[in-house]
Amino acid sequence: MNSFNSIYNFVSGPLVWLAFIVFIGGSIYRIRNLIILVNKKERFIYTYMSLKYSLRSISHWIVPFATISWRTRPVMTITTFIFHAGLVIMPFFLSAHVIMFHNAWGFSWGSLPEGFTDAVTLIVIICCVIFLLRRVALRDVKFLTDASDYAVLLIAAAPFITGFLAYHNFGSYHFWIILHILSGEIMLVAIPFTKLRHMLYAVFTRAYIGSEFGKIRHARDW
Amino acid sequence: MALPYIEYEKNIIDEGLETGMKNLTQERIDKALAKVLDGETGAKLKAYVDTCVHCGLCSDACHMYLSTKRDPTLTPAGKVKRSLSVLLENRGNITPEIIKKVSIVASTECNLCKRCVHYCPFGIDIAYMMSVVRRICHLCGVTPLYIQDTAHSHAVTQNQMWVKEDEWIDTLQWQEEDAREEIPDCRIPLDKEGADFMYSVIGPEPKFLAQLLYQTAIIFNTAGLNWTMPSCPGWDNSDMAMFTGDSEIMGRNKRFHYEAAQRLKVKRIVMGECGHAFRSVWDMGNRWLGWGMPPVPMVHAIEFYYDLLKSGKIKVKEKYKKSVTLHDPCNTIRGMGLHEKARYVVNELCENFIEMHPNREHNYCCNAGGGVINCGPPFKKKRVATNRIKAQQIADTGAEILITPCHNCHSGMEDIIGDYGVGMHVKFINDIMYEVMEKPEIE
Repeated sequence: MNSFNSIYNFVSGPLVWLAFIVFIGGSIYRIRNLIILVNKKERFIYTYMSLKYSLRSISHWIVPFATISWRTRPVMTITTFIFHAGLVIMPFFLSAHVIMFHNAWGFSWGSLPEGFTDAVTLIVIICCVIFLLRRVALRDVKFLTDASDYAVLLIAAAPFITGFLAYHNFGSYHFWIILHILSGEIMLVAIPFTKLRHMLYAVFTRAYIGSEFGKIRHARDW
Repeated sequence: MALPYIEYEKNIIDEGLETGMKNLTQERIDKALAKVLDGETGAKLKAYVDTCVHCGLCSDACHMYLSTKRDPTLTPAGKVKRSLSVLLENRGNITPEIIKKVSIVASTECNLCKRCVHYCPFGIDIAYMMSVVRRICHLCGVTPLYIQDTAHSHAVTQNQMWVKEDEWIDTLQWQEEDAREEIPDCRIPLDKEGADFMYSVIGPEPKFLAQLLYQTAIIFNTAGLNWTMPSCPGWDNSDMAMFTGDSEIMGRNKRFHYEAAQRLKVKRIVMGECGHAFRSVWDMGNRWLGWGMPPVPMVHAIEFYYDLLKSGKIKVKEKYKKSVTLHDPCNTIRGMGLHEKARYVVNELCENFIEMHPNREHNYCCNAGGGVINCGPPFKKKRVATNRIKAQQIADTGAEILITPCHNCHSGMEDIIGDYGVGMHVKFINDIMYEVMEKPEIE
């Protein structure tokens, strides 16, 4: 038990700090590098950028079925929207997370009912399975896929799988909860250094192309 | 009716690529990669490369993928994997053979039409990435023979078709003479200083399509406009150097074009119905030279015809009777949003306009643009075979006439219409306007 406590304290203490430092520091570093490159070589980008057209583009792409692309592949659209919504919302509103935060910092916010979050966790895991099946079964996606794509998918799925198993006391709770915390930390650290960095870049690439199409090309980009 | 799939030879031998590969040294490859990847490109390329998650949503954008029983190597991201990614991941070990292979992908398997932008949730501009690969191949001297010949012509003559100065002037005067049989005082004024409009065309117009110059002269004269055409280099607005990756020649030719307009002190440039030339003059060439916007106001023929009809300078005698459909060229639609103006013009001129689907910004590419048709006969069958979807799309309209306000689209459509047996004729807006407009009465 003691060894569990010391491992638990370590992964839920210093490692969390480290993970957040690497995640935030790495993210700032990545975006800073892009901005430096823009300033050095592509200053025209500033003249292309438009808030109006950036928002026009983003607002179409964050709505399911609002673009020709989302309409063309409905299974992927539903899967990716549910997956990403789960990925972003769940960590903040899962009751266990909120309680932990309250214990550590003394304040908290509302959380979602446990039955609901449990179901969402399962749905997110199913979404990951659909992503995996796409990579294996669809010829076009299979051709594009390399080992790192599977690794990234595993990194994103792991916190949900381990969290689900821990919650349901599957075998050893201690084992899964430590793995759950670790996998969350791995995911945070991986964001700036793997293809997960699309989380950081998407808003910029979308805003840029929305501006280029809207302001310069006078055309839609969805 | 479902059109057949056409088989094509995958291993195409192109003399330009073969010779370029044989002459290519390791030093030149390293220099080209350094110049482009470390020098000319920046945040845009880096963000695109780093953001793509290989989701495959772009597949359905590409006419080549849709035309080949879903060949996974022909998706937009699949083409990036076979070209740019190869260069980035194997840097330091790139052989001349690899450069040849990526050149085939970038030069003949992508039309730079940007339809895939509409399918990528991140808005990754794959056409831009393909242009980067073409630039590297150009610096390595590994480009397809036929398009390289036109790029050489641009370098030597400032036009695409090796048209000599006396041939150019002679062609204009010949067309003027013919037009005077229809309108006795019709003129094609050469080098008229201070005219309101300078009309510029692409090299193939004097070479093969001189009747377009004739018809344009009738349109300008009937509308009573003060116009001119330059007799000296700069008359050609086309640009195959842009598509081979020869940005230096692209810039030089655009300078000739704009300086011709500035020397003549014209108020604006009107260009003929060409898409890629519009891309060069309005987007790529001017910006290579540092002009964010053209230094002389510039309009595409679609906008010009729109203004002529809207202002009543050209009146329609009797609308065109045959059923027509309209192709939206990438460079004027995804490049400039002229789709509604094109529809206004077509509806003003024609009685029976049938939309093809999808249309406007979502229209399928002609598979000729982006310099692909200019890669010539070795790649023709592949080009036709990889655009069954377009042939199907236009066949489904059941229209008798296909209007394509773009030269490359026009030629590409004629090829697919012929090879797939779609009974249809291709026309420019210019052809139809000339046919249906009110012309001055001859006494």
